[in-house]
Amino acid sequence: MSWMPEEVKELLRTALVGEFTVIGKHGEPVTHPLLPLWDGERIYMTSSVSFSRKLDHIKRDPRVSLSISDRVASRGLETRATVQGTARVIEDDPHTTWEQVLPLWRAKEPAIDFFLSKRFALPLFFERSIIEVTPVRVYWWPDGDTTKAPRVADAKEAA
Amino acid sequence: MQIDRALFEKLAAYPHVVVSWIGDDGFPMQTAAAFRADAERLEVRIEPTGVSLPTDREVNVTVSHIRPQPGTGYDQRRYICLWGRLADLGDAFTLKPRRAWGWDEHETPFFEYVERSNPIAMEYLSKLSVERGVEVKPKLSRFWTFLVATRLPFLTATIVPILLGTAVAAYDGYFSWWLAILTLVGGMAVHIGLNVANDIFDALSGADEANVSPTQYSGGSRVIQRGLVTLRQMSLISIVAYTVAIGIGLYLVIARSSVELFVIGVVGVFLSVFYTAPPFRLVHRGLGEVTTALGFGPVMVLGAYVVQAEKLSGEAFVASIPVAILIALILYVNEIPDRSSDATVGKRTLPVRFGKALITQGFLVAALSAFAVIAIGALTGLLPTPTLLALLALPIAFKVYDGIRDHYDRPYDLMATMGKNVQLHLVTGLLLFAGYLIAVIADKVSDSPPGILS
Repeated sequence: MSWMPEEVKELLRTALVGEFTVIGKHGEPVTHPLLPLWDGERIYMTSSVSFSRKLDHIKRDPRVSLSISDRVASRGLETRATVQGTARVIEDDPHTTWEQVLPLWRAKEPAIDFFLSKRFALPLFFERSIIEVTPVRVYWWPDGDTTKAPRVADAKEAA
Repeated sequence: MQIDRALFEKLAAYPHVVVSWIGDDGFPMQTAAAFRADAERLEVRIEPTGVSLPTDREVNVTVSHIRPQPGTGYDQRRYICLWGRLADLGDAFTLKPRRAWGWDEHETPFFEYVERSNPIAMEYLSKLSVERGVEVKPKLSRFWTFLVATRLPFLTATIVPILLGTAVAAYDGYFSWWLAILTLVGGMAVHIGLNVANDIFDALSGADEANVSPTQYSGGSRVIQRGLVTLRQMSLISIVAYTVAIGIGLYLVIARSSVELFVIGVVGVFLSVFYTAPPFRLVHRGLGEVTTALGFGPVMVLGAYVVQAEKLSGEAFVASIPVAILIALILYVNEIPDRSSDATVGKRTLPVRFGKALITQGFLVAALSAFAVIAIGALTGLLPTPTLLALLALPIAFKVYDGIRDHYDRPYDLMATMGKNVQLHLVTGLLLFAGYLIAVIADKVSDSPPGILS
């Protein structure tokens, strides 16, 4: 993903939380704080079936965005960014498919292994879907000052 | 979530907002912005950003917080989402939210938050099932499903009194390994039948459904609510367990030709079935503690004794009293977090009927009574002297008392106390058993053992 700015990639690799927005049933923005995972090409998030409204929204309209703006959750990185993209829900087997992203998840939240060991107590929470986001455009503020106009990188223009 | 002064006071603690809207290209757009929450006017003032904020459409304004924790990830999760339209003041924007949503794990613990969302999960899985034409349901290994559905770890409540009754019989000179094992298997089968039947009737009455803060000690196994096991499968498990229990019971009654054992068996099965089952529903009438005390106290201890000795025993009855009180106290404490959902479905348990002060003091009085029975029993010669060992468990009772007093209104903080309370019964019961074992061994190795060992 050569068109993606390096500082945004760094932000995606580091951030512990981002505000993920999908388009609701009536065309309104619906935002959820989620843990973003980055494999160098795409952004991954997971959603339990217990909190699955966002999955319904994505299936209806795959256009999404992710904002990363909390410096504490980004471990001091100055940059703030909004990534727009198209999402798809991967849930061949809600019991196991999401485990494909477990290594990325574990790297950011090691406590997931503790919760997984209590899976018997949270069986529905661990029936999950993967949200795979292919970025199409990035807005970023290198010094984090969002009162300034953002810089923009676009996948189509880069192509 | 109420849009009120308290909400705006919470908002003020966050450093910035993220404003989201749907752009003209159809993609959501987002930007962070400085803001001020006005608790008087119930509005948010948002500073202009480098991206034009829209005033002609709905926006979402989100604040969120986590605290990074090296080595684990993060904690202190909380967020608030507001929806509404921005008004342009020229030098800033304001939002008077029309809707708000959020979560703060300090206010609603994670486990409760997940539990409250069960209906959404089941609805989603049901939709997936329709889309795919095959049933998509949550999975758990057969081992875990059985363990959770039968609440197997709680069988200590049965193991303790049966060991104790058998030990009292051995002290009186009656002991058969074969009969002891059969008694244990039969008792455990009744207990499994009871646990599963309890879940079935609580599911049918809606008690478990109404309980959104279950813990590993209260609120049932949840396997029905979580779609892991059907009501039909649970009924089958319960019927099989009771069939095994009744079969073993009848064999023992015939083998020992004991009318007493028959009566004890009938009383045990009656208490077990009608604990939650209509028409008696003993637990719904505030008789849960008495029923549990009788069932897991005298019924089990005397039952185990009679299997071995073919007669009743005053000493076995006295020995059963402390375990009866302590097992009733497990139920008593476990009912504390369930009290609001129990009240909803008309389950008049003691914590539903009485307030915190009485329930907390009641625990202490009852726990101390259990230890008083042991002390008086041993000192008057009703129980062998080594059973005084059980007094070593007394400090656990005080820890449980402190826990109830400190965490009465917080189910998940009370979990550790509920665990300690289970320990209190287990440790006291095993120490009583150990006391009898010492007395039995002392009798075997010496014709006139010293008083402290007999």
